[in-house]
Amino acid sequence: MSPGALLSARDLRVGFATEGGLLQAVDGVSFDLAAGEVLAIVGESGSGKSVTAQTILGLTRSPNAEIGGSVKLGEVELLDASDAALRKVRGERIGMVFQDPMTSFNPVYRLGSQIVEAIRAHRGDVSKAEGRARAVELLDSVGIPDAERRVDDYPHEFSGGMRQRAMIAMALALEPEVLIADEPTTALDVTIQAQVLRLLEQLNRERGVATILITHDLGVVAEVADRVMVMYAGRVVEEGTLDEIFYDPQHPYTWGLLGSLTRLDRPRPKRLPQISGAPPSLLSLPRGCSFRPRCPHEFGKCEEMPGLEARLPDAPSHCDRCWLSPEQKREKRQVGGRIGLEAPA
Amino acid sequence: MAFEPQPDPALPAGEPDEGFPAAPGGVDAEGHNPWYLAYRRLRRNRLALASLALFGLIVVFVLAAPLWATHVAHTGPNTTHTTEKITVDGEKREVVDVEGKPIGPVWFGAGGRFFLGADGGLGRDEMVRLMYGGRTSLFIGLTSALITTILATILGLLAGYYKGWTDGIITRTLDVIWSFPVVLLGIALGTALAVGGLKIGPLELSGNSIWIPILIIAVVYTPYMARPIRGEVLAMREKEFVESAVAQGAGSLRIMFGELLPNLWSTVIVFFTLNIANNMLLEASLSFLGAGVQAPNSSWGKMVSLGAESIYTSPLLAFAPGILILLTVLSLNVFGDGLRDALDPRSKVRLTRAEAAESAAGGAI
Amino acid sequence: MARFIVRRLAGMVLVLFAVSVLVFAIFNLIPNSPPAQRLAGKNATPTLVKSIEKDWGFDEPLPVQYFETMKKIFTGELISYGDQLNVDERIVEGIPASFSLAIGAAVIWLFFGVLLGFLSATRAGGWLDRAITIGSVAGISIPVFLIATLFLYFLTYKVELFPASGYVPLLENPIQWAYHLLLPWFTLAILNIGFYSRVLRSNMLDVMREDYVRTARAKGLDERRIMIRHVLRNSLIPIITLFGLDFGATLFGGAIITEVIFSLGGVGQYAAESITNLDLPPLMAITIFGAFFVVLFNALTDVVYAYLDPRIRLGSSAQ
Repeated sequence: MSPGALLSARDLRVGFATEGGLLQAVDGVSFDLAAGEVLAIVGESGSGKSVTAQTILGLTRSPNAEIGGSVKLGEVELLDASDAALRKVRGERIGMVFQDPMTSFNPVYRLGSQIVEAIRAHRGDVSKAEGRARAVELLDSVGIPDAERRVDDYPHEFSGGMRQRAMIAMALALEPEVLIADEPTTALDVTIQAQVLRLLEQLNRERGVATILITHDLGVVAEVADRVMVMYAGRVVEEGTLDEIFYDPQHPYTWGLLGSLTRLDRPRPKRLPQISGAPPSLLSLPRGCSFRPRCPHEFGKCEEMPGLEARLPDAPSHCDRCWLSPEQKREKRQVGGRIGLEAPA
Repeated sequence: MAFEPQPDPALPAGEPDEGFPAAPGGVDAEGHNPWYLAYRRLRRNRLALASLALFGLIVVFVLAAPLWATHVAHTGPNTTHTTEKITVDGEKREVVDVEGKPIGPVWFGAGGRFFLGADGGLGRDEMVRLMYGGRTSLFIGLTSALITTILATILGLLAGYYKGWTDGIITRTLDVIWSFPVVLLGIALGTALAVGGLKIGPLELSGNSIWIPILIIAVVYTPYMARPIRGEVLAMREKEFVESAVAQGAGSLRIMFGELLPNLWSTVIVFFTLNIANNMLLEASLSFLGAGVQAPNSSWGKMVSLGAESIYTSPLLAFAPGILILLTVLSLNVFGDGLRDALDPRSKVRLTRAEAAESAAGGAI
Repeated sequence: MARFIVRRLAGMVLVLFAVSVLVFAIFNLIPNSPPAQRLAGKNATPTLVKSIEKDWGFDEPLPVQYFETMKKIFTGELISYGDQLNVDERIVEGIPASFSLAIGAAVIWLFFGVLLGFLSATRAGGWLDRAITIGSVAGISIPVFLIATLFLYFLTYKVELFPASGYVPLLENPIQWAYHLLLPWFTLAILNIGFYSRVLRSNMLDVMREDYVRTARAKGLDERRIMIRHVLRNSLIPIITLFGLDFGATLFGGAIITEVIFSLGGVGQYAAESITNLDLPPLMAITIFGAFFVVLFNALTDVVYAYLDPRIRLGSSAQ
């Protein structure tokens, strides 16, 4: 664990027993999250990013799950923590925001009472009235107008964006050190997405909450992240600072993600580029590099799994899993004047 | 494939029993077809297989009735032996004694005759009656379940596919049937029809025909199956494969039976199995009350009601047919559960709906 | 909410009308024998048949016949031709026994059904879950008359723990009332204990997969609170609909066999006697009242359901 890291994962592995065999959803993921930092984990569906996030809080624990490696919050090991110890961390030290605000609140309880429940789970001495006052304050601080009245509304009476704000308010109720936001904007309209992102950014800036942002959308990443980790098929394929990932991406998969971004500052290409093919089944991964079947640049060496290493002499924190040389990468990622993944021949 | 924003598959936490998390996209790694997968799952469910075997044994038991009757018991199900004496292990005994108490089980003491003893008063061979009565019970259960299944599937398809007023009429009609306590409606129909029989056009049934309970049971249970099927059809209608069939100009019949029905098979099969069990229970209840199978026919339910009259002196006469009903229904229910789990291990909607229907149906027995 | 209730009650009236028409059709229109003959019973004299024909208006058009029939049932004019007794009066006499049986059984099945379902779901996959699952499927497979006869033979005859039959009015002697009803209650409840525990188990396993349960866990709530406040609370809502239907059906129609075997003298036993005597007027009345209870309780539970689910409760007032 590097000094100063608040949360640190080492060789995290999560597998699920399925009918078709062991499904390795997360395969050897390591990262450090420093205080006040925003770390984005990016990848397609099935890349293991959500499983990684949920495993930190022990939400993937089940008899069918095989979890290995280490996740430490300060000095506390979370992976083998007892249920009671884990409960103290959940909500209190790590807050979590989920993807779909429509389904993430219990429909039969008033929204305020669900926030009060979160507070009182950890602070038994807080009365219901005090909890309610705190809930009003929280709702107000995430920009919900007329919070005093809305606190007694039911979740279905809130719009999607407001509900996600309320979800963030609930996650922050106990002022946790870490906030994990699992695709917090995916289920929202585009205009609302920007507002919610701005809120997250503001909270990070004002309160210094270290944030892990899980998303499939590099556009979201560009707005708020300090560092970026790109995942594919359960493994990290590239990681670096925001600038390194956006201006000097090393892995063809990252190129593909960047290429499929709609950029408002450039002329819109005739056809939005896509990464061809589908993500591989985690039950039957190809030998070597997992991205090989979809990669137009694959060559003989790709049958061997590349390690996650810093391959650029002047950027020790920028790692990737690709056998191409930095020069080849610089040349091959240029598609029509911008970064992208060319269509296979 | 387009690089579309898709959430990670939400992986379940803390649900040890209900199968495993889906593989991404729900694809089977080896690309087997769903029927094969279901078969493989079923083969692993030992309880379900044992139930199927038990049901098979019961079927063999009732099918062997004529063989047992002619070669072992040497008597028919309705032949009375009131004044007869038989030799049990070398000792002469009356089939029915002077007080009217029938002989109990003699096993093979009389070479297989009166294996389970005789029934009250009339001195009929209980074993032979059990085998023949079981034929009636099973026949009614299977046939009525078949009719229910066909009726409910057609009605559910029509209502779900056409929607609008077709749906309105079908759903409302079924709602009316649904509003009756199952046994009460069965009794009302059973008694009314037992008086004069049934005559609709060329179809004429006498008051004691076993087709009367078959039709009654089939109709009474139709809403409980048609409702969930309609729901599934409604949901499926909006799917792409139906839209594309419509776009290709397929006719309504083609879509209903060519596109929708094949996707209903697993539901239909599970319901059919559970239906047999439910229908046998209803038949037994109606016959017990005298509103089901009418003399000279007999069934397990009717035998229990006869046996219950002498429950304290010859308890076996009520318990034997009762336990056979229990075993048959139990084997079907357990097998049906296994079948459902195998065909659709993660189906939520179907599970609760089927359960709800069963419950609402069964609650009224 | 008020609009919802009005709409629901209007729907109820329509279904009640349809139910009465169907009952009328079953008893008066099924072809192949003159209805008067059927109503009169097996050993009726031609004079009686003639007078019934006139009395019920069987020579009048169908709507008049329907009206006559309903008038008889609902004004207490219906006479059983078998024993010449007033049908509605006999039904009213049977109500205390029938309701005592149904209400007690309902309390038992709801309590044990929910308890077993909850235990089973929260320990899914464990040995207790397996045991409950097998017990439940046995419970729904066992014919009522088998339970009843087993109880009778072993608990009232072999070991004389309980009285074999009879109903003691609650106000006369509450202890004897309960003592006489205990076996019938369990006889009637076993089936539904099985059903309810199965339904609740599967509901709970579904709810456990909901996002809001994951949220509750991520908030740091303890497992007990998650299971009770979030999972159980939301899983019970569908159970209420089910309970309304089942309880309504049990009042007059569901308990017939239990009443007969334990000779409780309730409405169900009256129905059973009428079958044996092929006495149609009582069956007609009991069937119609039985269905009315189902429709009524179904509507009531829909209202309760709406109240318990804020999405429905507030739906109409918010817009």
